[in-house]
Amino acid sequence: MARSVVQEFTKGLWDEIPPFRLVLGLCPVLAVTTTVENGLGMGLATTFVLVFSNILVSALRNIIPSKVRIACFIIIIATFVTVVEMLMQAYAYQIFKKLGIFIPLIVVNCVVLGRAEAFASKNGVFRSLMDGLGIGIGFTLALGALGAVREVLGAGTFTLGRIIGGGFSSVGIGTLELWESAIRVLPQSFQPFTFMVQAPGAFVALGLMLCAMNLIGKK
Amino acid sequence: MGDYILLAISCILVNNILLAQFLGNCPFLGTSKKMETAVGMAMAVIFVLVLAGVLTWTTDTFILKKFGLEYLRTISFILVIASLVQFVEMFLKKSIPALYAGLGIFLPLITTNCAVMGVALLNIKEEYTFLQTLVASFAYAVGFGLALIIFAGLRERILLARVPKPLQDTSIGLVTAGLLSLAFFAFKGMV
Repeated sequence: MARSVVQEFTKGLWDEIPPFRLVLGLCPVLAVTTTVENGLGMGLATTFVLVFSNILVSALRNIIPSKVRIACFIIIIATFVTVVEMLMQAYAYQIFKKLGIFIPLIVVNCVVLGRAEAFASKNGVFRSLMDGLGIGIGFTLALGALGAVREVLGAGTFTLGRIIGGGFSSVGIGTLELWESAIRVLPQSFQPFTFMVQAPGAFVALGLMLCAMNLIGKK
Repeated sequence: MGDYILLAISCILVNNILLAQFLGNCPFLGTSKKMETAVGMAMAVIFVLVLAGVLTWTTDTFILKKFGLEYLRTISFILVIASLVQFVEMFLKKSIPALYAGLGIFLPLITTNCAVMGVALLNIKEEYTFLQTLVASFAYAVGFGLALIIFAGLRERILLARVPKPLQDTSIGLVTAGLLSLAFFAFKGMV
């Protein structure tokens, strides 16, 4: 355990960024990244679950018997997924409806269970919190990036949405109305490459992004 | 009867769970490197998915809806699935050791396979009847098996090809999956 707390956080942003370095949790990555807004929304929901389940798992790691630990982890994760489901229903209903069954499916997202098993069950509360936060933000950025590639090429637009856009506009970058609507980034004459926002394009886009990551990483 | 056949075809080909709905992609990439493991995984999924589909539907209709507990759906479904997988594992070990030897290592993995949970949730979302749930769960599972086995065949061929270094392994796997998904996309107009 030579790594510092800061490194536990930053490793999730590049070295172990899911789903590129840790090839886990692919289903939501492929399914919801048709727009930037959906990708970021999904990423934030997953981050929430990841952080809180990591905290609770690491706090209880000496109490949970190792034979039934997976079942216990799943219950803890399911609890926080239910919480996030209800919060989104109350405060972010639009995006909740768009993400559909993929919100309850965070329960079976292998990234969350993987971090609980591989990290939180062996480390202290604060380290686990940083790990969850790092991996969660990495996952959010990856989803946002894939969403951006697919939306820009597939529809020629860029949508940040109410939640993230609200954050930007509150610190004075752009207005809420601007971020909430789909911003056209490519000229009108651009013929949208619809393949990208459909199912097959998800696989191809992710495969090519992985290839690009490998190119940069192998220097 | 015709309706059920139509439902089955739409679940196997048009709304293929792996390539159109994006559920269960982790085992799709994880177990498709060898044909043998792909067949084992496909069988295990068919077996568990049908049981899980029926059980979760029963839980939802007779317990959750009856007492107005729909908000507990996520947590109760995952419990039903996890205990079902555990139970199936113990039952097979004791009574059908031959089948257990074949499926053995794939069974525990299924608990976190989102295909199982996803189909359970889709059945509820589409408001299927009991019989429709049975047909749809089986058909989704067959679709999963079909796509997984075709993909494993493709990946075995890719091993013989010379792939550029950064594209190797998962990366080329995903691009291949995209092309396979494109083939399944052509079924869109069928139903």
